[in-house]
Amino acid sequence: MADVNRGNRPLSPHLSIYRPQLTSMTSILTRITGNALIVGALLVVWWFIAAATGEVAFNRANAVITSWFGDLVMLGSVFAIWYHTLAGIRHLIWDSGRMLEIEKAERLGLIIIIVSILLTVFTVIVL
Amino acid sequence: MSFLTDRKRATGLGSAKTGTQHHWHMTVSSVALLGLIPLFVFTFGHILGAPYAEVVAYYQRPFPAIIGILTLLVGFMHFCGGFQTMIEDYVHGFARKALIIWMICLSYSAAAVGVFAIVRIAL
Repeated sequence: MADVNRGNRPLSPHLSIYRPQLTSMTSILTRITGNALIVGALLVVWWFIAAATGEVAFNRANAVITSWFGDLVMLGSVFAIWYHTLAGIRHLIWDSGRMLEIEKAERLGLIIIIVSILLTVFTVIVL
Repeated sequence: MSFLTDRKRATGLGSAKTGTQHHWHMTVSSVALLGLIPLFVFTFGHILGAPYAEVVAYYQRPFPAIIGILTLLVGFMHFCGGFQTMIEDYVHGFARKALIIWMICLSYSAAAVGVFAIVRIAL
């Protein structure tokens, strides 16, 4: 009799009914940036193995990674890597039991968004 | 009971069984990457776009080469762990196992290719 009411019972609220919050959005962005970095990482690995192979192979890989497409991936990767790094610091702070109150967690979220953008601009200017 | 540490008491519990160890590995690699990532961004970013001879000469120097090797190794292992968590959240059944195995193989392969390349340039 356990399954008698399956499909017609009250369920706990899921993602779809929540208004977006800074905490959830910054958490989702952490996952997206971390996993999206595979694209840039594989491009970088290709660039290294091409450089180890020889000049012809290197020029081919280098042309792709410095093309408009490569620039776009690298710009995105720079933002992703700074954002994910700062979000990681936030997790280390949370793991130590600090800053878990909602206002403090939201303030941290705002800080990592702003600082990651500033670091991205800084990196683009310096390099 | 008082002879057990908190960590020992938690190990093996939870639906993932080895979740404590997974979390610990992610913590260790994240702290390592905290130092490695800025160094890699500014060494790799510095030489990216330079001609072949300059790139080879740059990665023959110990510091950029060691930073590159460590970043690729630790980075791909950290990626592997994070990807596994994402798959465990969203994908179920056979596809879950297949994706996790595929991404573990890809991570080790990419790390091996990258490390081999830098070692070959450097030596």
